Amino acid sequence: MSDQTELELAARVLELARASAGPSADVDVSVNRVALALTRFANSYIHQNVADTTTEVQLRIHSEGRTASASSTLVGADALGEMVERTVAAAKASPADPGWPGLIGPAPVLPSHDVDEAIVDASPADRASRVRDYIEAVGDLTAAGYFRTRYWSSAYANSAGQAVSGACTEAALDAIAKTASLSDGVARQASRRIADIDCAVHGARAAAKARAWDGAVEIEPGAYEVVLEPTAVADVLYCLGNFGFNGKLVNEHQSFLEFGSQQMDGSVTLVDDAVSAVAAGLPFDTEGTPRRRLVLVENGVSRDAAYDRRSAVEAGVAANGYAAAESAVFGMSPGNIRLEPAAGPAPTEVDGPASNSSVLELVARVGRGLLVTDHFYTRCLDPRRVLMTGLTRNGTWLIENGEIVRPVKNMRFTQSYSESLGPGNVLGIGSDAIATPYNYGANSATAPGLHLAAWNFTGGASG
Amino acid sequence: MTHFDAADAAVEAALAAGATYADARVMHRRYESMSARNGDVEDLTQRESAGIGVRALVGGSWGFFGVPDLDDAVARRAGARAAEIAAASATVPNRRGGPGLIPAEPEVGSWASECRIDPLSVPLSEKGDLLTSATAEMRKQGADIAVGSYDIWDTRKWFVSSEGHRIDQHVRECGGAITSTVIGDGETQVRSYPSRRGQFGTRGWELVEETDLGAHAARIAEEARALTRAPQCPAGETTVIIGGEQLALQIHESVGHAIELDRILGWEAAYAGTSWLDLSRLGSLRFGSELMNIVIDPTYPGALGSFGWDDEGTRAHKRDAVRNGVWTGVLAGRESAAVAGLDYGGSVRADGWARLPMVRMTNVGLEPGPHTLEEMIAATDDGIYMDMNRSWSIDDRRLNFQFGCQIAYEIKNGRLGRMLKNPTYTGIGPRFWASMDMLSSDIVAWGTPNCGKGQPGQTGHTGHPSAPARFTNVRVGVRG
Repeated sequence: MSDQTELELAARVLELARASAGPSADVDVSVNRVALALTRFANSYIHQNVADTTTEVQLRIHSEGRTASASSTLVGADALGEMVERTVAAAKASPADPGWPGLIGPAPVLPSHDVDEAIVDASPADRASRVRDYIEAVGDLTAAGYFRTRYWSSAYANSAGQAVSGACTEAALDAIAKTASLSDGVARQASRRIADIDCAVHGARAAAKARAWDGAVEIEPGAYEVVLEPTAVADVLYCLGNFGFNGKLVNEHQSFLEFGSQQMDGSVTLVDDAVSAVAAGLPFDTEGTPRRRLVLVENGVSRDAAYDRRSAVEAGVAANGYAAAESAVFGMSPGNIRLEPAAGPAPTEVDGPASNSSVLELVARVGRGLLVTDHFYTRCLDPRRVLMTGLTRNGTWLIENGEIVRPVKNMRFTQSYSESLGPGNVLGIGSDAIATPYNYGANSATAPGLHLAAWNFTGGASG
Repeated sequence: MTHFDAADAAVEAALAAGATYADARVMHRRYESMSARNGDVEDLTQRESAGIGVRALVGGSWGFFGVPDLDDAVARRAGARAAEIAAASATVPNRRGGPGLIPAEPEVGSWASECRIDPLSVPLSEKGDLLTSATAEMRKQGADIAVGSYDIWDTRKWFVSSEGHRIDQHVRECGGAITSTVIGDGETQVRSYPSRRGQFGTRGWELVEETDLGAHAARIAEEARALTRAPQCPAGETTVIIGGEQLALQIHESVGHAIELDRILGWEAAYAGTSWLDLSRLGSLRFGSELMNIVIDPTYPGALGSFGWDDEGTRAHKRDAVRNGVWTGVLAGRESAAVAGLDYGGSVRADGWARLPMVRMTNVGLEPGPHTLEEMIAATDDGIYMDMNRSWSIDDRRLNFQFGCQIAYEIKNGRLGRMLKNPTYTGIGPRFWASMDMLSSDIVAWGTPNCGKGQPGQTGHTGHPSAPARFTNVRVGVRG
């Protein structure tokens, strides 16, 4: 696409589509250019090292009560013309769409964060160097994981006059260290700036966790008090976002949310913030709706959910910037959700399995419970309660009288995530929130450690 | 310039840049999906994607680069870029030496999946009417949320390697589903047809027509409503008969992923996980009961994991994974096979031109047993019959699983009894499979279009021939 900007390309496709569909049609165009590079390592060497640069054009046409959308990675003049004609034809042939919410008019977006040029310019050698730092830091343990960089430039234009653009960058590390006896520890961080991620520090931390988990024993399942490390809390936030704060599920009464009700502990404030988050996010969605800091839960009281334009009309509220490629079908998910940390001093490195002094302070308040590093393969049994099952991973320890006393094997849990944060169930929130990357897309969750009164472990490692 | 020419140019450039081996895949995919809710269409999407992905081997290390342009100069730059990335990989090398690839004869040929009715040529109005009428009927019969959907993929691939491979394939896949959800008191109950996400295959629209979504709309709406009034599935240990759709996912999660050689070798350790299987016991390890015969078969006609060649040019072939309960085979690629000292690949696939081919399931499924579902029920004094997946979770070694199903019935004295809601079952893979004492002959090749693996994430399409089976001493009724 040569030197054409994303906004210029969007404007060109918009013009083509309006010419073909006619002046009365609602037309919008979204253009996303993503340069993704991911250097993956296992058994302490780089085994998969990939990069791609893709520009995708998304087009939506609503004409005479019918709607069709299309997208293409083919951005030559002929291909774009064909896409426009196909979409116009599809709109004519498709069934009626009585729920069409219309397009957003001109609306300003907050300025994008500065793009980190070090991410844009990162070479394969740069990424390999960071991987080497991590591998060297785990010492005689085995290292596996990835280091990735992403530059995402986006534009949106529509026939109602909205035209916006923005860009963001993301660097992320997600890696483990493994001992010869197969105990492991994890390190995970995402940031808008590559310099924020010190792979050597993360390697040392993951190795310390792996060594501390060596010799794990099986314990009886049951309800335990828990301290969840930020890596595990991130999973809780993702799942609450997907099943709880999803405006489509709220409309369908499949969510637990009751706005204005004290559904969580008073210490809990959840926000979604693509604009000021530590990690990557764009200031508008695929319908051109500007994004602002969205308060989902304030001091335990449910306040809001994520909506695209269609679900917002259905709910009788304003859209707040959560349209995405498949949101019409699967609903909207907060992509940069954050649990606000408690006030406290900056964390320091500590010996042993806790990730830092902030988590260790939570551990000190536990009578008998478990320190859980990470969750794995969590799936929803019922969205109404955000009832999830999954397993612990990458290090779990028994806590007695405020001390970490022994490593324990992975356990299966079946737990309502929304109820785990209910009034009185949150015994402490850490003071240090860490952004962790999401495997699909440039989303992240930012979470401190969390001390909960009870977590329902329904099975041990042996069944 | 043909697509083969672009692939040739990319491979030549990679070799010129220092690669000792290179391959390139040009892919052009068209995708269409429609979703209807409560009688109205809520989404119609058509996507087109085309580009070239190049894989290069430099000094025993790999690089991959993908670009959405098939121009000669761009293809050459992509080849050179793949070699540059591979050279960077070589600065953090495998200390045991580069694995290389197992030998392969250069394959030349074409393949296309069977397709009687081109799904993209069926009028949108006809496809829309199918979904709107089925969802309207479910709504009429008591569903609070009635959803219907279909997905169509039309993929053409041109593969070239520096060893002389030259292969083109045309794969058409589609499928559809309907789902009724009823909101109860603090719960939701769900029924789907023909499966949780639909039945998918490498077939044309005739597959969706045969599924006959509309004929099942009223039934599943009524069942979802009835589930809100049904008693809970009891907790405890019992005999369980699992329907074929649910058992397909059980095979996928606890057998298919466990036999992926890249997992066994630790290549997925940080994300998807490893495997409980130890290569030194291939050929002797007991995986399940004598009734358990699992085959890897990408030649299975019409199944979702079928192809002519995999994405590194290995011709599709059938192979045992488990024979009479003993583990006998893995899903492998040419590189992982070389590391493991095996002599076969054939299971390397990529989700589009921009993604690196990796070890993936193809069609992994059961051979038929000697029984019928009716015989199994009649032979069970006290147990539970459950089917249709609702939730799934398994640990990072593919041992400890827990599945939730949409619906269950108690079995008393050889007969189906009351409907039960929220059925779950949990166990440890080999112990569970060892308890399989009856297996139906009624095999259906279920398609799974949403298998996630890899970083960056890839979505795979897999097939799982499966049939109802009976298992003893299974823990059921886990609730949070």
